[in-house]
Amino acid sequence: MQKRLKEKALELLSNCTVTRVLGWKTGEFFYDLTPAVFETAEEVEKEFVYSGFSGANLSKYLIQESRKQGKVAVFLKPCDSYSFQQLLKEHRILRENVYVVGISCNGLLDMEKIRAQGCEGVTAVTEDGDTLTVDTLYGTTKLSRNDCLLERCAVCKSKKIVAFDELIGEQGEELESNRFDRVAELEAMTPEERFAFWREELSRCIRCNACRNVCPACSCEKCVFDNEKSGVRNKAIADSFEENLFHIIRAFHVAGRCTDCGECSRVCPQNIPLHLLNRKFIKDINEFYGVYQAGADMDTKSPLTDFTLDDCEPSIVHERGGVQG
Amino acid sequence: MKRIAVENLQSLFAAVSAKKQLYIPADDSAGQAKFTLWSEGTVLTEKLNTVRSAKDLFFPQVENLVNFKVSSKKIEILENRDSSEPFVVFGVRACDCRSFDILDTVFLSDPVDTYYQSRRENGLVITLACNRPAETCFCGVFGIDASDPAGDVTCWMDKAYLYWRANTERGQELTKSLSVLEDCDESSVDAIREASKQILQKLPLNDLDLTDFRENKLLDVFNDSAWGELSESCLGCGTCTFVCPTCQCYDVQDFDNGREVRRFRCWDSCMYSDFTMMAHGTNRPTQKERFRQRFMHKLVYYPNNNNGVFGCVGCGRCLQKCPIHMNIVKVTKKLKEGMV
Repeated sequence: MQKRLKEKALELLSNCTVTRVLGWKTGEFFYDLTPAVFETAEEVEKEFVYSGFSGANLSKYLIQESRKQGKVAVFLKPCDSYSFQQLLKEHRILRENVYVVGISCNGLLDMEKIRAQGCEGVTAVTEDGDTLTVDTLYGTTKLSRNDCLLERCAVCKSKKIVAFDELIGEQGEELESNRFDRVAELEAMTPEERFAFWREELSRCIRCNACRNVCPACSCEKCVFDNEKSGVRNKAIADSFEENLFHIIRAFHVAGRCTDCGECSRVCPQNIPLHLLNRKFIKDINEFYGVYQAGADMDTKSPLTDFTLDDCEPSIVHERGGVQG
Repeated sequence: MKRIAVENLQSLFAAVSAKKQLYIPADDSAGQAKFTLWSEGTVLTEKLNTVRSAKDLFFPQVENLVNFKVSSKKIEILENRDSSEPFVVFGVRACDCRSFDILDTVFLSDPVDTYYQSRRENGLVITLACNRPAETCFCGVFGIDASDPAGDVTCWMDKAYLYWRANTERGQELTKSLSVLEDCDESSVDAIREASKQILQKLPLNDLDLTDFRENKLLDVFNDSAWGELSESCLGCGTCTFVCPTCQCYDVQDFDNGREVRRFRCWDSCMYSDFTMMAHGTNRPTQKERFRQRFMHKLVYYPNNNNGVFGCVGCGRCLQKCPIHMNIVKVTKKLKEGMV
C-alpha cells in the first residue's frame, strides 16, 4: 500500500494534476507519523509514509489547504471520506481545489493499546496477517492485531469510500457494526450510575482541547471557548462542573454532523472515551428519526436541522430521558 | 542505605502516610498512571511514568489566589488560598525531579511565588530509579542519570526489595521515623544500577545533540525558515504543554458568580490563540508563531537566561502524547539542519 500511495503522489505531482500532496510524514520512530504537505518528488521519496500508524484523519486540514493557491491531493481512508464529505456539505472545503485519492483500509493500529499490553520501549512492529510482532528494548512479543486496533477500527462502521476522484484498493461496503453496544450498556445504567461514570471519566480531562481541535465537525472560525468575552473558558477552571460541561456542550454542537470518525478519542491524552457521547447522539438520532449517517452523501438533510411530519414527538424524547429530577 | 521487601511495600506506604499525606503513582480508571493520594489498597503502578507529571503537586493546574466581595463601592479581599499541608510524593522519576530545579528558577526567584514556595517547602520528594526506560526517554541528553535520581530520598527497586537512600536532612529525618525499613549495604543497588545503565546506553534518542543551541543564536533560530513546515500540522491544542513537567506559564482569571469574584490561576499554553493576549490584540497571530514560542522558550530563551540549562528534561511525554507526533526532538533535529 505504501508503495502504491507513494507512486500515486509522485505521479500527481509530476503530471501537474496537483501542486501539493497531503499525507503522512516519517518520524523518529516507526509509529510517530505527522500529517504533512509534500510539494516535491524529493520530499515524497524521502519522507512519505503510509502504514498501520497513519491513523490521523487528514480531512480537516483541507479547510485551510483547499483555500491555498493550486490544487492539493489528499489520501482518505473510508472513515476519513465521511468527514470530508460532511465538510463539503457544510461548505467548508473548496471541492474544486482538492483531488481525493480514496484508499481501502483494513484497520489501523493504536500505539497506546500496544503499550497497554505490556510492551515497553517499543522499537519496531511488524504486521503479518492477524499477528503483530513487537520488538522492544526488552525483547520480542507477539500480539493479536485485533487487540491493537484503534477503537473506531475495532468497531468499523464502513469500508465504503464515499467521496473520491480515484481509488487505490477495493471499494468496500457499509458494515454491520457493534459500535453502539457500549452506548447501550450506558443506557442500561441508572441515572446515578451513569452520572458517576461520566464524572469519573471527565474528571481526567486536562482541557488540552485536543479533541476539539482535531474534530472535523469543530470547524468554527473562533470557538466560543476561545472567545475571552464569552464567559466560558478554554482552560481549566476552579469549577469542575464547567469542565464536564465543555464536553457535553461540544457533543451537542456536533450532533447530527459528527460522522463518528473517532479522532476525539484517538487523540485524548487521558483516554477519555469521548466518542461515546457522540455515539449516544447518533444512536438516538437513528432511533428517533430513522438511520442517518453524517457525511454518507451530499443530499440527505440532517434530522436535527430538518422538520418532517414523521418526526418523533418531543414527549417521547422526554420520556426516553429517564427519571426526571 | 535501607531496604524493605517488595511484598511489604504497603506497610511502608502506611507508615509514611501515618505521618504525612502520601502520593504515589497508581493506575487510574483508564489504566494510566497518576499521582494518587495513598490510602489502604492504593497500589504502586507498573507503568514507567505518569501521564501528568509530578509538577502537578507543586504547581496545580488550577489554584485559587484570592476572593473579592463587592458590595456597592466597597471591595473586600478574602484570603482563599488552597491550604498546603506537609506531603510526601513517592515514585518521582529522575526527569521529573530535575524539572523541579527548572520550576524553582522561575517561581522562587524574586518576586517569590509564595503559592509554589509553600508547596515546595511542604513537599518531600522520594525518587525511584528507572529500570525499564522507554524508547521515548532522553533524559541523558540533559545530564540526568535515571539510574541514580536526586530528591530527598532515592529508591531503587528489583523483584525482591525496595532500596532506600536518604539524600537530605529532611530525607534522613523521615528515614529515622520509619521502623519498617531495615539496614543494608550501599552496594546492594550496584547490580540494579548497572542493568539500568546498560539499557540507558541503548536508548535511540541518546544522540540528540543540543550544544549548538547553547551559543547565542537567538535571531538565527528565531528566523529559521523551518518553523513553517514544523508547525503546519500543529492542532494548536495544549497536550504537550499540559503533560510537560517544565512548562510553567499560567493565566490569571476571575470567576464571577454575581456575589463574589474568585480569582484563580490556571495553566496556560502558548499553543492557544489567546495566550498572553493584550489589549492590542496581536500577540502571536498564527500557529507558527505560537508553536515557535514554545520551542524557543525551551531551547533558546530559558538557557540564555539560565546558564545554558535547557527547559526540557527529556521525559518523553510530548513524544508519546502529541496528537500529530510533533515534538521537541523533531524540532531540534530539523533546526540543526539549518545550523550547519
